[in-house]
Amino acid sequence: MPTDLRSLPLDQILRSRKRLRRERSAAPSLRPLRVAVLGGSTTAEVVDLLELVLLSDGFAPAFYQSEYNKFYEDATLDVARVAAFKPDLVWVHTQVLNVSRFPSPGFSEAELEARVAEELGRFQRMWESIQAHVGCQIIQNNFEHPPFPVLGNLDSTAAGGTTRFVYELNRAFARHASADHRLIIHDLNALSARAGHARWFDWERWFSYKILTTPEASWEIAASVASLVAAIRGRAKKCLILDLDNTLWGGVIGDAGIDKLQIGQETPVAEAYSAFQRWCVSLRERGVVLAVCSKNEDAIARSGFAHPDSILKVEHFSAFKANWEPKPDNIRAIAEELNLGLDSLVFVDDNPAERAIVRAQLPMVAVPEVGHEVAHFATIISAGRWFESAAMSPEDLARADAYRANVARVAGQSKFADYGEYLDSLQMTAEIGAFKPVYLERITQLINKTNQFTLTTRRYTHAEIEQIAVDRRYVTLYGRLADTFGDHGLISVIIGRLDGAAVHVDLWLMSCRVLKRDMELAMLDALVAAARAAGAPELRGTYSRTPKNALVAEHYPMLGFSPALPENDPDRSTWTLGVASYAPRNRHIKVN
Amino acid sequence: MDSASIISELTPIFQDVLDLPDLVLVLASSSSTVEGWDSLAHVNLVVAIEKHYKLKFSLGELEGLKNVGEMADLIARKLAKA
Repeated sequence: MPTDLRSLPLDQILRSRKRLRRERSAAPSLRPLRVAVLGGSTTAEVVDLLELVLLSDGFAPAFYQSEYNKFYEDATLDVARVAAFKPDLVWVHTQVLNVSRFPSPGFSEAELEARVAEELGRFQRMWESIQAHVGCQIIQNNFEHPPFPVLGNLDSTAAGGTTRFVYELNRAFARHASADHRLIIHDLNALSARAGHARWFDWERWFSYKILTTPEASWEIAASVASLVAAIRGRAKKCLILDLDNTLWGGVIGDAGIDKLQIGQETPVAEAYSAFQRWCVSLRERGVVLAVCSKNEDAIARSGFAHPDSILKVEHFSAFKANWEPKPDNIRAIAEELNLGLDSLVFVDDNPAERAIVRAQLPMVAVPEVGHEVAHFATIISAGRWFESAAMSPEDLARADAYRANVARVAGQSKFADYGEYLDSLQMTAEIGAFKPVYLERITQLINKTNQFTLTTRRYTHAEIEQIAVDRRYVTLYGRLADTFGDHGLISVIIGRLDGAAVHVDLWLMSCRVLKRDMELAMLDALVAAARAAGAPELRGTYSRTPKNALVAEHYPMLGFSPALPENDPDRSTWTLGVASYAPRNRHIKVN
Repeated sequence: MDSASIISELTPIFQDVLDLPDLVLVLASSSSTVEGWDSLAHVNLVVAIEKHYKLKFSLGELEGLKNVGEMADLIARKLAKA
């Protein structure tokens, strides 16, 4: 099997495509596919590239191309010519320069609406004619933003703006397509935005050959349309197989243990792994099956998903292979278990050696060159366009209903009588408890980087924290907070030292990302409860001023503490609170 | 760079783009003498040449070139200016 086209440098594809096409045409059992391309520009280049991608994807395409800019005629007056070609699908490859009449700058809203209806009507006539006389699936481009918006920023707002017009027209196309399964919109607008207009429009080629795009943009268009074709033909990928160590979390779980995994909010790397996990979950929600293929002990591999910050859970995976067998064998086993073809799998692994062996032994499995930077995984995998779908399935729609209910609930909460009502709308839940091993890493990091919401700014080493966590002379608390916006992770830490008379609060800190959420009240409730349990009658807290922690200068008095000394030093003040008569203060956070 | 050495660099480009591994280019080679040099091939050749020499032909610069020799002269002039 020839090398995967998508792994070749684009310049090489452009230069050697005639040979690449010749080699791929010789592949056995290609599926015939007839495509009529009705273009508003010279389509020879983009069709040339589309042919190459479709060949690589297992099709033997044949093309009809309209004469330059004769898309409208071919769809209407001369539709018999297109029908005679007997296409399996018609692609209307029109671009922003093919809009027939833009609004004029002085247009009213009503005039704009009429102009949109007029332009939409022109395309509607084409679609209806194609459906009546050719009767096949239509792929219709929407429009790029106008390259030269003469009204500047106003162009997107004014009824006479060309950008506004493209918004409205694209919206009208979308509404039309969502009601008609035989019309699929190819999102040229998003494609051009991702590429950037400077890399998209090629004015020399437009004036010279009537090709509107750069070779790079033509390639993007070809690859994008091919992915839609694959989706229409049921050839889209169905399963994402993921490695674990340094793919779904940072670190090697078998060496470092679950406590040292990089996942969650504590470091940039951990956040990036969380973002990638979240993206995997969203793929699953839209119907992509997830599987694990990892060199690990099964039990250890599974334990990684018990990490409190892991967004992915073991039950998200439809197949789970963690062992020491070669990955190609495991991938074959996954395909059998899930009853999927090898050509419907995408394999993601940070290890280039694993990617190479899978690519060599299972060339039909898509293996994106994801590199080893988790921050880029989603971008690189998305660029493969493997998980396109032509329409939402009934299952997809059922899920969409559930989302809709959620959206409605949130929308109902956009106005609040007071701050408390706002806090309630966040549906905050907290987990508060004594230090446990899985959190010690995060606790140490938070202690050593927090400078603002910290009463004493004391620093501790990891070893000291490990010691304190098991020392009965200390009261320790961590707090995690989640709300409708997501999980903020572990964001608050208290260390109290016990003597017979009091809990001395050596450390009280909180991450500033959860300021003004009343989390400090929930922590105080828990601290009082811990003091009572330890038989200490009062809390004693100290505020030590630093250049950065003025934020919490009034922390203790605001929580109802009294000065411990008649003349409290403002730079180092001590405060006490009796626990006997304390009533819980937190009203808005549900604590575990 | 002179036109002769440019032609020797253009040869593998033409061979790749036209998928003619044995193609021999001479000064007089033109779209009427080289097999498969149609309008799409012309676009592809221009792209490949521009990328190879990291230059852009200006609008109209390629019009009226009669053969590979004239194209090589144009490239030589552009490279000398760059």
